[in-house]
Amino acid sequence: MIQHLASLPILLPMLAAVILLLPPCGKSLYIRRIASSIMAIITFVVSVLLLIHVHNTGINVYAIGNWSAPFGIVLVADMLSTLLVALMSLLGLGVILYACAGDDAKGNFFHPLVHFLILGVNGAFLTGDLFNVFVFFEVLLIASYSLLMHAGDKQNTRAALQYVILNLVGSSVFLIGLGILYGVLGTLNIADMAQKVSELSGDDVYLAKAGGLLLLVVFALKGALLPLHLWLPNTYASAKPVVAALFAIMTKVGVYAMLRVYTVIFGEQAGELEHMAQPWLWGLAIATIIVGAIGVVAAQDLRKLTANLVVVSVGTLVALIALQNVNATAALLYYLVHSTLVCAALFLLADLIATQRGKAADRLVGGRMVNQPFLLGGCFIIAVLSVVGMPPLSGFIGKIWILKTTLNSEQALLFWPVYLITSFVLLIALSRAGTSLFWERKDRKNESSDGVNAHPLQVIVIVSLLACSPLLVIFGGPISEYMLGAATQLHDISGGINAVLRGGM
Amino acid sequence: MELLYASCVGVLVSCGVFLLLRARTFPVVLGLTMISYAVNLFLFSAGRLTINKAVVLGTGADYADPLPQALVLTAIVIGFAMTAFVVILAIRGRADLGSDHVDGHLVKNSAESKEQK
Repeated sequence: MIQHLASLPILLPMLAAVILLLPPCGKSLYIRRIASSIMAIITFVVSVLLLIHVHNTGINVYAIGNWSAPFGIVLVADMLSTLLVALMSLLGLGVILYACAGDDAKGNFFHPLVHFLILGVNGAFLTGDLFNVFVFFEVLLIASYSLLMHAGDKQNTRAALQYVILNLVGSSVFLIGLGILYGVLGTLNIADMAQKVSELSGDDVYLAKAGGLLLLVVFALKGALLPLHLWLPNTYASAKPVVAALFAIMTKVGVYAMLRVYTVIFGEQAGELEHMAQPWLWGLAIATIIVGAIGVVAAQDLRKLTANLVVVSVGTLVALIALQNVNATAALLYYLVHSTLVCAALFLLADLIATQRGKAADRLVGGRMVNQPFLLGGCFIIAVLSVVGMPPLSGFIGKIWILKTTLNSEQALLFWPVYLITSFVLLIALSRAGTSLFWERKDRKNESSDGVNAHPLQVIVIVSLLACSPLLVIFGGPISEYMLGAATQLHDISGGINAVLRGGM
Repeated sequence: MELLYASCVGVLVSCGVFLLLRARTFPVVLGLTMISYAVNLFLFSAGRLTINKAVVLGTGADYADPLPQALVLTAIVIGFAMTAFVVILAIRGRADLGSDHVDGHLVKNSAESKEQK
């Protein structure tokens, strides 16, 4: 059983989604909720087990159908991918529990779609084959298209239409990039590609470069990197907050794909193509951080503000990819986990605030008081402190780590001022947002306070997502060791190639 | 054959891009379909264009690369599903927004004209 563990984070959500579509669950919302939560818990537990297993035994390669590596498709569970799988399963569990408080009643297929999305994201993280990354991207995208339309209105349709068309164009570019790379390298297995790319010569080098940079366009689109980020704020702000919280990890799939492709395939040992995407990534990342911060300041409502925070975090992560060293990658992983969880919590919080403020919703204007000012205000301030990077929460540790790893690189002169000023701008924007959401009051006597209190389940989910932030600090030692281990494993390219091509089970 | 093949892919892509930029849902869907045809042809050519090669192993000295064919098959299936989805979405968008413009610019005009009435 233990050797099949690597495939379970993909198979279990698929099984869950199918079960949820079948009669007993398909008919009754109550049964569907219970089944969905149970399956999400099982998926999460299995992901954590896989993480522990991989941490103890090293890279776990699962050859699907027992076809060995360069010919068949393999799943590669290393410390990096299992960490992200566990993160996704945790987030999926949180979102499912939150939705059980009422958001899932607006459409019949919410729960199966969430499980399909988890399937796609987990698959994209675990697979060791670049074409399979494309397939899982499509799986997660089609689930996300439908989730975006969940309980949607007209505004929603427009955003969904743009999102779908953009991503379809992105998929075509992805396939063209893959076609070029396959034509040149003769393989699509990531480890095998890493091996073959150094042996290229002559015109093939430029072809491979063209293919690799086409992939960069796609990953930049999925990850919302600067010129291709414009879809994100609109899409995330028009989705239901509970769906947007789930989407918080989808940009990270793009970031992960960049990390994999440009560290392993076009990394240190790629011969002439060594670090070929680095100059692009660096410039675009800095620009993304700046534009994201401007978006945060300009945002008119909390959801759009959070969506722009996601853009800023993507910029930071990509800047760390561009540095291409073990320490930067470890800092990236820490920041990735932190920012995903906190942004998801902020989206969910925006939902609660919007419901309790009645007409003013989550727009940053004075309006009705929220019903539970202390609870929501407390959660909001923790989320803000964490996302801006104030001590003592995880954002602070992440920020220090990021600043420390960039200190010795020659780009520190550019990165430090941009990053620090951005954090300051975020602090101002978020304080202003908090002030107008919680303190600014319109003195209208006739506004009845018939707002409802948050469902306990919703509060539990938000609090536990936010609790991850202090937990990331308290267990900072072991966690940062794990991140360092994962980063070392990723950068040990020949070790990875050996594990996949020669040690496959 | 290479020239014909390459120009075929090129023409399909350029027509597709032109139609995409029309920013109306129907041309956009047509453009996406054309691009996906072009992509399928392109993927197929990644296994090199050859004739008279065996499809099944062991029946000839040379054999055709089977992987691009599998890739194309996958891409066709996925592209088909996505096109179906975008068609449905476009119809819904036409109903919801009252226009087939991707940016919904015409909606503003129609909303204004409603207000004027």
